[in-house]
Amino acid sequence: MSLVENQRGDTSLTVTTLRPSRGWLGVNLGELWRYRELIYFLIWRDVKVRYKQTLLGAAWAILKPFFSMVIFSVIFGTLAKIPTDEVPPPLFYYAGLLPWVFFQDGISKASTSLVTGRNLITKVYFPRLAIPISSVIAGLVDFLLAFIVLIGMMVYYGYRPTTAVWTLPLFMLLALITSLGGGLWLAALNVAYRDIGYVTPFLVQAWLYASPVVYSATLITGDYWQLIYGLNPMAGVVQGFRWAILGVGQPPSGFLIASVAVALSLLISGALYFRRMERTFADVV
Amino acid sequence: MTELAIHVEDLGKQYRIGEQVSGYRTLRESLVEAISSPFRRLSSGLSGLRIDIREDTIWALRHVSFDVQAGDVLGIIGRNGAGKSTLLKLLSRITEPTEGIATIRGRVGSLLEVGTGFHPELTGRENIYLNGAILGMKRAEIDGRFDEIVDFAEVEKFIDTPVKRFSSGMYLRLAFAVAAHLEPEILLVDEVLAVGDAEFQRKCLGKMSDVSQEGRTVLFVSHNMSAILNLTERTILLDGGHLVLHTSSEEAVDHYLASGFAQTGERVWRENEIPVLAAPFRPVALRVLDSDRNIADSLRSADPMAIEFDYTLDEPITGLRVGLVLMTNRGEYVFTSFDTDETKKYEQYSVRSAGHYRSRCIIPPDFLNAGQYTVSVIASSFRIKRYFREDSALTFTVDATGSPGSQWPEARPGLVRPRLDWQIEERS
Repeated sequence: MSLVENQRGDTSLTVTTLRPSRGWLGVNLGELWRYRELIYFLIWRDVKVRYKQTLLGAAWAILKPFFSMVIFSVIFGTLAKIPTDEVPPPLFYYAGLLPWVFFQDGISKASTSLVTGRNLITKVYFPRLAIPISSVIAGLVDFLLAFIVLIGMMVYYGYRPTTAVWTLPLFMLLALITSLGGGLWLAALNVAYRDIGYVTPFLVQAWLYASPVVYSATLITGDYWQLIYGLNPMAGVVQGFRWAILGVGQPPSGFLIASVAVALSLLISGALYFRRMERTFADVV
Repeated sequence: MTELAIHVEDLGKQYRIGEQVSGYRTLRESLVEAISSPFRRLSSGLSGLRIDIREDTIWALRHVSFDVQAGDVLGIIGRNGAGKSTLLKLLSRITEPTEGIATIRGRVGSLLEVGTGFHPELTGRENIYLNGAILGMKRAEIDGRFDEIVDFAEVEKFIDTPVKRFSSGMYLRLAFAVAAHLEPEILLVDEVLAVGDAEFQRKCLGKMSDVSQEGRTVLFVSHNMSAILNLTERTILLDGGHLVLHTSSEEAVDHYLASGFAQTGERVWRENEIPVLAAPFRPVALRVLDSDRNIADSLRSADPMAIEFDYTLDEPITGLRVGLVLMTNRGEYVFTSFDTDETKKYEQYSVRSAGHYRSRCIIPPDFLNAGQYTVSVIASSFRIKRYFREDSALTFTVDATGSPGSQWPEARPGLVRPRLDWQIEERS
């Protein structure tokens, strides 16, 4: 919908013009900012409802990565004996799982967010981007809860954070961008094609094995492979996360630039595609 | 000369048929269609059959132009499917027009449904904030009006209880209270007054007329002619997506009632309204009949009534079941029933050959409570294919005159209004 909004001097009323839109539209960041309270309330609702609805409530935020960690430690650590960079396997897997679970929940929730939020989309106007954005950000609360357990584990195994720990938020930001970028694509596609609901779990699972969650990125050697690997932003996130907090593996190098570039183009293309499809959401969802 | 609040020029909205019913498509459908459409065109060219892909679309609204002065209250009337809701959806920016232009001066608040975004797990207090934010209120505004909202809804005691424990009346009161305290310059309201009990409806009507006296512009869709006459001075009448009349409310309501527009007791499917995917099933007509077998949209609960569905099968269908879903206009299910529910009928009609059919469902007397109902129709073969479904294909009103207890002029809660056998014994 092309929209002309301006302030008329005489009456100071907003003038909105509605007419059919064509082609690609930009992202109206100003409008998104005006709706920031709605985004806040949607995040707040997601978090609150999730913790109210389930028996164990907030504990799931911790149990989910924790049980995955136990399983990985037994299968990959004890049975398959995959090297974990001299770090105790539980700590190694848990540190990798934290950013991964954040990413995975974000992209999965975002991909179904429009279909779940169908009754909002068909009844009220607001920038539709608010819906997937809030479902990704809501995952940060889970992440912070699970992070407390990581601190506990580091104390238990006698690990001190490295001096590079300040870079953690940057890696989380990269995870958020990747998750939102992928989520926007999937959410917009899911409205038109419900098959996406079946595709997402496979995609996420394949992505898990393409990222150094169950193994160490140090297994990937050679510049050529590293560059290819760098095309997966989550590889940089998971590896960087372990490096910043446990001081293992190599510091993120040149291939991180590729990761950032890929993540940003995923986000920008996702937002543009989303905006292009947005005009039909209320009609087809 | 007052300012224009809304200027609408040649507005139109085109839908793909079936979009409102089952909007999303699977990739497979898109692929199949992409592959088969050249063949379909080819075969239609060869056999002379008039099948054109373009006929899969329908104009829900077309060539609609009107102006609304700031501070006016405009009524919008028309039968189901006339385009009333589509017009409000366009003006509230939920969906975008296919053609034409609309200019709106002022902040728009739209109330197409009460309680949008209410979450059953959240408390009344939490839902007020959430719903307020969804409707476009700032947190500070909600803070300022919080007590007023709670007062209006009369739910002080339950404000910290999850709304899933609310009665439907409390839920609606709370939802409407939030919406009624929106203060945009332009308010778009769709039939929300039809919900709730009579007393609450009066209260809402009162609040609505307060709103209009404050000089705000209101567009108000309703089937309730007395509400239209009470609240609005001017009204537009829509029919088949076209603006038929834009005049004083008295004149519009007279015209609407006199020219049989109000007749909602029958739904006839035009050829171009039938989804391609429904084949070989073709809906023909759905109607509500009173005890004299006349088409009616207002019936007495104390009399028997019937809902009949005419349809055509172009090819035999195995295991076909044709049925109805009856709901109140508040969205509560009353029943779902199929014509082959009885084992005997199920066996007798295991295969229905091609031809014309009529399935009629008799609703016994003293069954439905007073209120508005919507009928959805379904034609499917269990676990094989759903040929056709149309939600809210028809609406009708049930009146409680002559029903048990109608000597007391009160609204009775409940979906059914049975004539029950009471025994009163005097016991010493």
